[in-house]
Amino acid sequence: MSSIRQFGMGLALIVLILFFQITTGGDVLTSTNVQNLIIGNSYILILAIGMVLVIIAGHIDLSVGSVAAVTGIIVALAIRDWGIPWWLGVLLGLGVGAVIGAWQGFWVAYVGIPGFITTLAGMMLFRGANQWIGQSNSVPVPQGLQDFGAGYLPEWGPNTQLNNSTLLLGILVAVWIVYSEVRRRRAAIRLGIAPPSTRAAVTRVVVSIVVIGYVTYLFGSGRYGTSFPIPGIILLIVAVVYHFIASKTAEGRHVYAVGGNRAAAALSGVNIRRTNFLVMMNMSVLAALAGMIFVGRATSSGPADGTGWELDAIAAVFIGGAAVSGGVGTVLGSVIGGLVMAVLNNGLQLSGVGSDKTQVIKGLVLLVAVAFDVYSKSQGRPSIIGKIFPSRKGRETGTTPGLEEPRPEVPVADGATAAQG
Amino acid sequence: MAAAPAVLEMRSITKEFPGVKALDNVSLTVRLGEIHAICGENGAGKSTLMKVLSGVYPHGTYEGEIYYQGELVEFKDIRSSEHVGIVIIHQELALIPELSIMENIFLGNEVRGRFGIDWGETRRRAEELIARVGLRASPDSLIKNIGVGQQQLVEIARALSKNVRLLILDEPTAALNEDDSEHLLDLLRGLRSKGLTSIMISHKLNEIEEIADSITIIRDGHTVETLDVRAGEINEDRIIRGMVGRSLSSRFPEHEPKIGETFFEVKDWRVEHPEVPGRLVCKDSTFHVRRGEIVGFAGIMGAGRTELARSIFGRSYGRFLSGTITMDGKEISMPDVLSAIKHRVAYVSEDRKALGLNLLDTIQETVISANLPRVSKHSVIDDDRSYLAAEEYRKSLNIKTPTVKEGVSKLSGGNQQKVLLAKWMFTEPDLLILDEPTRGIDVGAKYEIYGLIQRLADSGKGVVVISSELPELMGLCDRIYTVFEGRVTGEIRGADATQEELMRLMTGTGLARAR
Repeated sequence: MSSIRQFGMGLALIVLILFFQITTGGDVLTSTNVQNLIIGNSYILILAIGMVLVIIAGHIDLSVGSVAAVTGIIVALAIRDWGIPWWLGVLLGLGVGAVIGAWQGFWVAYVGIPGFITTLAGMMLFRGANQWIGQSNSVPVPQGLQDFGAGYLPEWGPNTQLNNSTLLLGILVAVWIVYSEVRRRRAAIRLGIAPPSTRAAVTRVVVSIVVIGYVTYLFGSGRYGTSFPIPGIILLIVAVVYHFIASKTAEGRHVYAVGGNRAAAALSGVNIRRTNFLVMMNMSVLAALAGMIFVGRATSSGPADGTGWELDAIAAVFIGGAAVSGGVGTVLGSVIGGLVMAVLNNGLQLSGVGSDKTQVIKGLVLLVAVAFDVYSKSQGRPSIIGKIFPSRKGRETGTTPGLEEPRPEVPVADGATAAQG
Repeated sequence: MAAAPAVLEMRSITKEFPGVKALDNVSLTVRLGEIHAICGENGAGKSTLMKVLSGVYPHGTYEGEIYYQGELVEFKDIRSSEHVGIVIIHQELALIPELSIMENIFLGNEVRGRFGIDWGETRRRAEELIARVGLRASPDSLIKNIGVGQQQLVEIARALSKNVRLLILDEPTAALNEDDSEHLLDLLRGLRSKGLTSIMISHKLNEIEEIADSITIIRDGHTVETLDVRAGEINEDRIIRGMVGRSLSSRFPEHEPKIGETFFEVKDWRVEHPEVPGRLVCKDSTFHVRRGEIVGFAGIMGAGRTELARSIFGRSYGRFLSGTITMDGKEISMPDVLSAIKHRVAYVSEDRKALGLNLLDTIQETVISANLPRVSKHSVIDDDRSYLAAEEYRKSLNIKTPTVKEGVSKLSGGNQQKVLLAKWMFTEPDLLILDEPTRGIDVGAKYEIYGLIQRLADSGKGVVVISSELPELMGLCDRIYTVFEGRVTGEIRGADATQEELMRLMTGTGLARAR
């Protein structure tokens, strides 16, 4: 289900980009614009990655903007007043995030206060703390931290017409794609499952490499000194690491288990409290990271930093296919969901649509995306994507009611199951 | 006796889902004033047929015709079927726990006065209905505070309040103990004598034999036959033969136990209720299990069998007071579920959906979920090994699914139960505690589960089976303990057990050895 869903979201993202590319006469896919797009949204996407875990576990975190803000001011002041180097400031910031996260995790996991309440309190608490500590002033940050939040990779080596760092990055990603495809096929053969047809695999690899090549060109061909931005690299690392944690580790499985069926998880030996604690704590650490990236980009920490971020992050997660009732969601889906919102914002802005109308459109997109999910779920179909591209996988995900255990259509069940996109 | 006129005729009902014909040319004739049972294995199409009848699947989504009281009817939704007096009571009750009995009875059907709800009239009518169904509770009691047997009665009261003429009950006694079941069946008999027609879906063949006037058997979406019980000569074996299409010579596979030495002992186990301090749910319980042995626990619902099992399994229920557990001669402590798993104890819950499975998971994810380290390297889960493990169980337990990547929510009850068993077999337990392992699954799947339990015992494990079906315990277990009000009241060799003796011990009758 999730891979189909992700494929659909990815497709929607591409369609959206092409749409704006055409309507704006080619303003979207320019080096400068995509670089700015990544710089301007990487912190929201990082928040979305933490948020999806929180939402899978069945909670919500409203405090991320405030946590980002208070981390920003502490780091900015520590660098300015104590004279510590910027990278030590970043480590300090992550530490601040961990401490705040432990505080919130304590209330949620060990006292049993719902995440909504705990983090609503945190939202006020840490917003207040930001303004108290910084006395509502803006505090500038040094160049090092500014590069951390909005810098570019270095230029080096022979003249390839591209930024060589970006080129290298693109090559690494391409190699990794080929490698993982080969590995997947080997595993399939070893297990005695028929591997996907060679043609399909080759097509997939070729298409991926072409896309990667184009993206590399796009980011690398900007004016001299620009590249795939540093916050983008941080985002890439965070996304890969958390995708791995969520899908391949016991800790990740435990998050899904707690959100999917808490009682069953407890009886399977999952430490519910520890899982909840870690999920909440992790969110604040990522919020701290996001806060520092933003401060670097804004070149100073201010009293209104991070206002409303929690809503952007939550929207990204739900567009990315997570369920309000928990247990469902993916890191990649959330990143794609965040990118959809980012492209929408950017495209509308380039088209000269005002921020008022942009808000209206974003709100509708969120509603329609989730409504679509709920609808396809209630129809027992994976999604419209599954209909357009009837694959073997797509059919498997369709329900076969005859095989299902008799299940009464009680009204209370509707809402509960419907949202589990 | 001349046949009463047909009140309901469903003719050639065919209902297709994408890729599956759930009902194929099914016909059903229900006569006025009878209790008509519908039997069939899980997935046979019983519930689908009832959903067609009650308008859950509206007219136009199926083929065939429904005649009700002689007229062709085309229901758009549940409301339109209720409007003519067809009321369905689902297996999973649709009551609101936080509302009172009275409010639940009239929910969606409120007695309106001039200014909103007429509470006086509501109360009067509720009391009348409560008396009619033999409910011993105040109209103001909250649903969450009454037992499931009484909740079932509230559902029936609700149906009566809607002037029901054809009552459909889906597995009405599945969650009830013997007493409550008996009361419910009596009530249905009483309603029948007043002219109410009922359709009842049930897996409990003894009840059907006892109460039904006619039985329609459905298999794989086809009507197999309709039996007239009043004509006589209908017994359980006859029904089973119709349901599975063959005669089950025995409901239990042949088994020669290979019993070894005692390896698991619980002594003087005392546990307090989690919410009510001072109330003991386990009172000095003592029992032991030998290798290769299948040990049964009999007791009426609420006797404390599940509580005993869960309090042993990582103290996952109640507050532990005192007692010892000895395993292989060593005293062990299992303060949490993880340590219980490490000590190779497994507990398979009675409540598959609420406590056993994460319905969002695939089969593969479920199988490995209680023992992730076994398929992990450096705490990274190995997909391939997980797949192979799940695949192995799919084959050995005969789990019917196209692939182990299928979601567990799409499986039938019997197959879900097998997946749940696989999940706990994957923890490589020495002691398996199976709580109601065959609840809500069909006859064929039960037979397979029994065989599986016997295989587990033969491999040298100790198996504890908690069950509310006495014939099941007597057919399966080498030894049976009885539990009454948190106390172990007796111990009988399986071969020697009689239902009467077990019932006597389970209900505390003539109990002399109180400690």
